[in-house]
Order: sequence, then structure tokens, then C-alpha cells
Amino acid sequence: MIEKTNINILEELDHNNIHHPEICIEDNIVWKKPSTLIDTPMHYCPGCGHSTAHKIFMEVVEEMGIQNEIIGVAPVGCSVFAYHYMDVDMQEAAHGRACAVATGIKRVMPDKYVFTYQGDGDLAAIGTGETIHAANRGEKILVIFINNGIYGMTSGQMAPTTLPGMVSTTSPYGRDVNTMGYPLKISELIAHLPGVAYVTRQSVHKPANVTKTKKALKKALEYQKQGLGFCLVEIVSNCPSNWKMTPLESNRFVEEQMIPFYPLGDIKVPEGK
Amino acid sequence: MGELKLMKGNEALAEAMIRAGCDAYFGYPITPQSEVLEYLSKDATKRTGMVVLQAESEIAAINMIYGAAGCGRRVMTTSSSPGISLMQEGLSYIAGAELPCLLANVVRGGPGLGTIQPSQADYFQACKGGGHGDYKLIVLAPSSVQEMVDFVKLGFELAEKYRNPAMILTDGAIGQMMEKVVLFDQIERKKEFPEWATIGKKEGKERNYITSLHIQPDKMEEINIRLQNKYKEMQEKEVRYQAINLDDADYIFTGYGLAARISMKAMEIARDNGYKVGLIRPITLFPFPTKIYNEISKKLKGILDIEMNAGQMVEDVRLAVNGQTRVEFFGRMGGMIPSPEEIYEQFIKIFIEGEKNDRKD
Repeated sequence: MIEKTNINILEELDHNNIHHPEICIEDNIVWKKPSTLIDTPMHYCPGCGHSTAHKIFMEVVEEMGIQNEIIGVAPVGCSVFAYHYMDVDMQEAAHGRACAVATGIKRVMPDKYVFTYQGDGDLAAIGTGETIHAANRGEKILVIFINNGIYGMTSGQMAPTTLPGMVSTTSPYGRDVNTMGYPLKISELIAHLPGVAYVTRQSVHKPANVTKTKKALKKALEYQKQGLGFCLVEIVSNCPSNWKMTPLESNRFVEEQMIPFYPLGDIKVPEGK
Repeated sequence: MGELKLMKGNEALAEAMIRAGCDAYFGYPITPQSEVLEYLSKDATKRTGMVVLQAESEIAAINMIYGAAGCGRRVMTTSSSPGISLMQEGLSYIAGAELPCLLANVVRGGPGLGTIQPSQADYFQACKGGGHGDYKLIVLAPSSVQEMVDFVKLGFELAEKYRNPAMILTDGAIGQMMEKVVLFDQIERKKEFPEWATIGKKEGKERNYITSLHIQPDKMEEINIRLQNKYKEMQEKEVRYQAINLDDADYIFTGYGLAARISMKAMEIARDNGYKVGLIRPITLFPFPTKIYNEISKKLKGILDIEMNAGQMVEDVRLAVNGQTRVEFFGRMGGMIPSPEEIYEQFIKIFIEGEKNDRKD
């Protein structure tokens, strides 16, 4: 059970006799938790990209001042508890159904921002139908798609996005594309649909990429506000626990193995943008 | 008095949905209920501003219902047996998250792809769960086109009162037949939202979230107890049934929906032939009218349960009667509809000739 804690960093510093009031001032803050992120420990494994993705998305919500104007949909997967961290109204969908749930929300609340936050198993396996049809209808929603090439929550089975040859608990000798099929590039797949306004693939494995991803998330919400259509931000991420790697090794794997297969950058941008 | 019209069951249901101030309908075509989506597609949005959307599947439709119901809107979907099977996952989540919504199942014969002809073979699915987990739907069984109209309004009211999914369990015959109906006046769509709705976090208030996930077993048990208490309250307060000729009855015919309506005619034939037969027609299949069966059965010689299935509601009748009288079953399956004469013949064969034979022994 995750207990809600309230860690006041300044108090802690003070307790350790390293309180320097002349340094701890607003102007010197280089990092802080956005007010839109609930002050509680996350259940994510050390080094996992989910926490970074949560944080930067909530920073965007804070910066745009839309905390009261946004409704989210959490998936089934590692981020099933996203609504325990994001301080916005949210609904927990059945596995794979987030885009259908988001459609229901957006259609009755057209003036609100609506987003889903989904992993690869949720979005690209069991929920492929819901994803493609929501995209094809041009639902004015933002889909944040975390692609770490594995089923994390159920502890490391093969995902639709698992790389060829990649080891998982259900492809223990590596993914054999002849019998297990090829990784599904859902972003490229939906990009040609006319209802889709914006598709981009980003990552959170290095600071520069985190900044780019944050910009992409902000753009996607702006496009939603302008009513341009379906927006999807794919975030290539890591899974140290199930990849059986240290956080650093896993980020190196993202750089050396994942990104060559899932190249970063915009796949579709709205006309004139 | 409202507007009098001659209407097909499915279209009357759709008209009632518009008039009941429904905010959104999400559906997928399937025989014999496709007229609902077709009727709504004509001018429902123009008339009230309600959302009408053809989903890519019944799975998507029920999850759109989840999303829109979670925003505190009045929402409905309709389908027929195979489509309702696909919705069971979503229904379990809706019941678990305690979201109000209304469904109609225009039942056709099964199992599998079955037939497009009318059937009552989905009683178990509607009343005993259908999806996973200990949950109940409020189930209303119309036996006329008029009740297709009336139960839309009632279904929304009950669903919202208890924050629970409700289902109109009807069949292909009632959906397809035309009868005169009195339509209620247009109800305005609600402008206010319930406190729990996810419509964007309110300034200075805690966020709302809709979920059926409670990973701690003690918390999950607590939720289950709350649900069961809610179902118990429904059993105490919301039982509805129609009873005819119970005062002098030696025998009772019972059934729901179309089977009850046909049995009513069979009861008249029996009375014309000198047999004192009454009728009980459950209107709410959940909560089931257990008490009336239990009370009346002591003075009866027998109950004949008539259904368009292999015998489903009869299990609830037997539980209610608790051995106090003889309960027999007659049913037709696979889309076949029993005639009043057929039911009367079965009654004679089972109860009257049966008794004579018993005496000979």
C-alpha cells in the first residue's frame, strides 16, 4: 500500500544541518515537482521512464493552466495507478479500451482537454481496434503512448513492440519473427489516416530528449484545443526490471537498440505547423 | 395524456430515449435492433443536441458508455444477444465503478450466432452476472411496445438512483412489432453534473477519479459489501410485477415479457374451460419478485412457468416457491414462439391429465 507522504525537502535539509537560507530561495530553484503532480511516492521501479513522463506531462498541464479543464484515462499496465499521481480528474479504463472511454468523455465534454496514457500492450495489442478507430474518427484527444517493448506489469512477457530477437519471458530464445510476427509500429500505422493531426515519437532517456518530449506534449494539447484532430505522442521508454538491466544499461539499450528500430522525430504534423 | 402513435418497438424505444433527455447513445448495428441507431441517426442530435455515435464494435460502444457515464451524463446503448455478450467486460467495469447507464438487449436465439428470431435465452446472462465478479444489473422486462417506452424513463431513473447499470431485457418480437403507444413529453437534458463526475477538477476540491480497481483485498471486500447492500436495498424497494386473477386461482401461469403476454391469452382459454388459472408477470427480473410467489404458492395446486428458452427464470421461481407447490416448465427455444393453445395443452397434459393419472396409480 502506498502511503501518502509529505516530504518537505527544506525541512530535511534543515534537520541535517545543511540549511542554507541564502541559497534556498525561489530564484535558485532548478528542479521542482509541479503542483499538478500529487506528493506521494510512485510505485514505479527505479530508473523507469514512466515517472519522468508523468512529471513532464503534469508540468505541461501546470504551465498551460488547464488542471481544471482536463480529463484523463488511465490504462491497464504499469501506469494503471496514473490517477494516484496526476492531480486531475481521471477514469480507469478496461485493458485496451482507453481510446473508446476517451471518445465517450470527449463527445459529452467537447470543451475539455481529454487524454489517455497507455502502454504498448494496452494500446498496440488488445486495444489496437479502439486506437485505430478513434484515430480514424479524428477524435480530438491526446494519446500518450509509452513504448518499452515489453509487458511490465505482468513481469516481462513479449509485447507487440518487442524488438526482433529480444528476450522476454514468452520469447525466452528471442523474438522469432517467423513464428511471433514483427513489432507493430503503431505511430507509422495511424499517421496516414486523415483524422490524425499529429504523430510524433520521442524518448525520455536523456535530458535533451525529455525537453523535446515535453514540447511535443504541449503542442499536442494546443492542437487539441484548435480542434485539429487525433494526436499521438509515442515515448520510447525503458523497463530496467524486466529487461534485467540497471537503469543506466536500460537507457543505453534505448539509445542503441530501441531508437534505431523506432526512430525519433515527428511522423505527421498538422498542415502549416 | 401524451402523444398517441403507432410505432415499432425498437423505434418507440429510440423515441423514448430522445424524450427522456438522454445525453449520448453509442451503438453498433445488429439484427433485430438496428432500427434504434437508424432512428436516432435521423434527427435526435438536431432535436435535443444529444450525441449519437456508431461505434466500431460493441466492445467500443460499452466503453464509450463508461467514459460518458463517468462524466455524469445520461447515456444508453442497445444491442442483441451476441453484441451484449461482447459488452459483458465493460458492464462488469461499469457495475464495479458504480456508473449509471441504460442498456437494452433485444434478445435473439442462441447460442453462438444463433438466429435473428426472438428468444428469452439471455435471462441468466442479464440476471445472474454475465461478466466477472459479484454484481447485479437492474433488469426490466417489457411485454409491450408501450412498456418499451415507459421502461426507458424508469430505467434511467433507477440507474441514476442507485448508480448502477440497468437493462431492458426485451426480445426480437417486441422490438419488431408495431403497436399503439402513448409517448411522454420531452424531458429537458440535465444541465447539472453529479458530485462524483469527472468533468475537470473543481477549483479547491479533490480530484474525482472513476475506477473499479482496489488492489487491497480488505478495501475490495468493503466495496463488495457496499454493492451487495445496494442490491439488497433494490430487493426491498424496487420489485415490480403484474398479478392477475390471483384471488381464486388454483394454478398460476408465470413468465416474463412476450412469454407472459402469450400466457395471458392461455390463461383466458383455461378460464373459459373452467380452470381457475391466474398469472404472475415479473417486471423487474432483478430484483426478482420472490415474495409474491412464496406467499401465493401455499394455496396453489401448481405453477406453470413459460419461457422462450430451456428454463431459466424457472430456477428463481422454484427458489421463491421453496417446495410449497409443484412448479413445472414449458418452453420453446431457438427463436420459436409458443402459441396460447400450445401452452393451454401443456397445462392440461402436465397438471390436469397428470393428476388423473396420479389418481389411477
